[in-house]
Amino acid sequence: MINLNVNGQTQPLEVTPETPLLYALRDHLKLNGAKYGCGMGQCGACTVLVDGRPVFSCLFPVSSVGTREVRTLESLGTTERPGPLQQAFIDHQAVQCGYCIAGMIMRAQALLEQVARPTEQQIREHMAPNLCRCGTHKRILAAIRQVADKGQRLNAGALKERA
Amino acid sequence: MKPADAPVDKSRRAFLAGSGFMVSFALFGSWRALAGETNTLGATILAPDLPGDLKIDPILDSWIKIDAQGVTVCSGKVELGTGVRTALWQIAADQLAMPLDKFKFVTADTALTPDEGYTAGSHSMADGGTAIYHAAIQVRQMLLEAAAAKLGVPTKSLMLRDGIILSGDGRQMTYEEAAQGVNLHQQAKSVSPQGDPSAYRYIGHSIPRVDIPAKVTGGTAYVQDLRLDGMLHARVVRPPNASAQLKEIDTRAIETMRGVVKVVRDGNFLAVLAEHEWEAIQAMRALRERAQWQLTQTYPTNDTIHAVLKTLPERLYVTTRENNGPVKQVLSNASAASISAPASPTRSLAMTKQYVLHGSIGPSCAVAVFRNDMLTVWTHSQGVFPLRAGIAELLGLPKENVRCIHAEGAGCYGHNGADDAACDAAVLAYRTPNRPVRVQWMRDQEAGWEPLGPAMLTEINAVTDAHGKLQSWHHALWSTPHNSRIVNAGRLIPATLLAHPAAPASPAPIPQPEGDADRNAVPLYRIPSVRVDMHFVTDMPFRTSAMRSLGAYINVTTIEGMMDDLAEQFGEDPVAYRLQHLDDPRARDVIQRAANRFGWNLATPLPEGHGIGFAFSQYKNLMGYCAIALEVKLDKAARSVRIVRVVAAVDCGQIVSPDGLTNQIEGGIVQSSSWTLYEQALVGENGVQSVDWSSYPIARFPHIPAAIEVELIDRPGAPFLGAAEIAQAPTAAALINAIKRVVGWRPLHLPVARQDSPIFA
Repeated sequence: MINLNVNGQTQPLEVTPETPLLYALRDHLKLNGAKYGCGMGQCGACTVLVDGRPVFSCLFPVSSVGTREVRTLESLGTTERPGPLQQAFIDHQAVQCGYCIAGMIMRAQALLEQVARPTEQQIREHMAPNLCRCGTHKRILAAIRQVADKGQRLNAGALKERA
Repeated sequence: MKPADAPVDKSRRAFLAGSGFMVSFALFGSWRALAGETNTLGATILAPDLPGDLKIDPILDSWIKIDAQGVTVCSGKVELGTGVRTALWQIAADQLAMPLDKFKFVTADTALTPDEGYTAGSHSMADGGTAIYHAAIQVRQMLLEAAAAKLGVPTKSLMLRDGIILSGDGRQMTYEEAAQGVNLHQQAKSVSPQGDPSAYRYIGHSIPRVDIPAKVTGGTAYVQDLRLDGMLHARVVRPPNASAQLKEIDTRAIETMRGVVKVVRDGNFLAVLAEHEWEAIQAMRALRERAQWQLTQTYPTNDTIHAVLKTLPERLYVTTRENNGPVKQVLSNASAASISAPASPTRSLAMTKQYVLHGSIGPSCAVAVFRNDMLTVWTHSQGVFPLRAGIAELLGLPKENVRCIHAEGAGCYGHNGADDAACDAAVLAYRTPNRPVRVQWMRDQEAGWEPLGPAMLTEINAVTDAHGKLQSWHHALWSTPHNSRIVNAGRLIPATLLAHPAAPASPAPIPQPEGDADRNAVPLYRIPSVRVDMHFVTDMPFRTSAMRSLGAYINVTTIEGMMDDLAEQFGEDPVAYRLQHLDDPRARDVIQRAANRFGWNLATPLPEGHGIGFAFSQYKNLMGYCAIALEVKLDKAARSVRIVRVVAAVDCGQIVSPDGLTNQIEGGIVQSSSWTLYEQALVGENGVQSVDWSSYPIARFPHIPAAIEVELIDRPGAPFLGAAEIAQAPTAAALINAIKRVVGWRPLHLPVARQDSPIFA
């Protein structure tokens, strides 16, 4: 039994300690946000935040999470009330197949919580671990910039306020 | 859904096992289909005179159903990440004169929708969109006439607003009310009432895609997200290559692992089912470690494949065009050795391309359940009907007892592992009744077992007059098939692994004018004599199949390279030289628009290491037009090529979604530049060696063009031409042409910018 703090709620899970966080999220908590892409930390489709830092959940064992807070795409908003970065992706139609997008949003969220107004190069370098095969990069960058250009760091506490 | 007395027997569309796609060796001056023929997407033509895919399902209520619950529009096309679901929905909304959210839209389900074959080849708007365009307005007209009769007023006096029929006297009627007593179960007409484009609220407007909100918030959006009650997680263990035979394996230790429900072994087919996903993965790994394989074949390598292709069994398809007339294709009896190039070509150009991966970000996945003699499969296949036929054949089930339902996966860009994973799920669910089974391939399985985009060689010999005017053109190419779609059970990988395997249908190319490896090999340019020899290599060292744009990618790259080289030889500007050889006004238009917007001028001085390139093609010579102008920066020290700026001009007929079209072109440009600069599947004596994104690198954010501009040319009232594949070929061609201007010689072997590339020497 392992206790995981996911999206503001601590839950006990029947998983073995070496289980990658990805499977605890998808299979046990039934969250769709984090995606399986490569299982090797090469594509970023599984990106979630652990204490505000982006991690590859496909490699990150649940036993390494400890009491730190895990945040997934679901923490940022809902289909009815998308969060600011999610809304920016909708505004720019920054999706083709969309399979990589959950990971893209979470990695970008981490940057925008840390840096008020990142440069284009900063954004590109920060996003480099995440792959998109459809070639939607330009729109993903534009969506991130829409939030970045507001010049205010994204609020990491939005989740708690929402809850 | 369909009444029992339906006059259209869907079994008529059954695939003829083993026959491959029908290839007719006839004049292709017109590409009018004949009744009974199979189209290039695997569907049977029943009504050749109807527009779009009404040809293959001419009955109106196959497309539009109206009952007490409301209006439902059905499409056999699937969302592959291109936004086509929303675009088709837009067409239905305007032609029905209904708001988008006032009716249901159902796609690709063998129990509910028309069989439109595969969603592929940029056909969805041209065929599926056109069918809905006509079916919807014909149904609307029937409803108006029925309402007029019921209200006792002339049809012309009725108005339509938001799916309500309004009479001048204030009375109104819903579509459901109007539809009572109207028989929609009848054949569509070949001519439709004229729509009013000025009343369009959706066609021509950038309507936000209906699938995006769920995708950006973690909704249930993909087949990967399906969680059925009692669902088991399965993993397969694949052989190290297609020739490997499984020796004895002791699975007892695996069967007692935590969560494992069972291990399945049947010949070379090996899989494990477990209660939880991580348990299935651990069991799969243990199983893989215990599996001992006998390798029975060695494979060509990246260095030898092109020489090997010229030695393998082949069929020679010869396509000719004389005096810019119709294109003819024949299967030639001549031996390959008897083919000779023009005696004294003005120029020759030969190029090669390596195997490439579709490289879906999400490895293939499927869910299946076998319950009460009914097998239901949720799949991201491009063709649920052909898949159903293949699975039914393999399991010996009547087709009626197999239902395939499309659920989105990650982008596929052609024939990837989707069908095979669906077959895995079907085989395992069939052996595990009443428990849904979810199969998820691992990354290395996707890379190692998806059909590859074929390695190819092209050789062009061109003859001009003394002034550079093109006189004759000979294009020879070598390739394994670009179309190994599911025409029988044996085309599904699991079927080939079983102890009693099914044999794949023999390969057959998609005929001209659409083409296969020879897609776009006939230049659109005015040339008195054109000949294309397609050496269709039937013995595949590696299984190959359709990947976005098929052979057009390298054929156009070679053609456009030749055009650039000839322009240079005769002191012409490459854009002007192309225009001198083009009559089609729409082709000329995209070229001029791209050149103007880009500011094309070879005399403009550029910074050191920069170069510009231009290219054009009309996809398949009958679909969307695309011209690309771009500027690259080559940094030898950093061993990098970056696109500084790219301008595309496109004409896809009447535009349904301007933003959707732009998104497709932007994506095509990025993907094609990644193919062209970096991508090759590593192959060696033991088979495919690319297993992950490290052994198959693709473009990442720092490599993406700094600026992409897309200029759209709208043609209201013109046929929809499709967009999803049209940027692949001209992007690659323009990129190579630009790199040539920087380095001073033409790179001939794709990909061109891997770390050891000679362009950095």
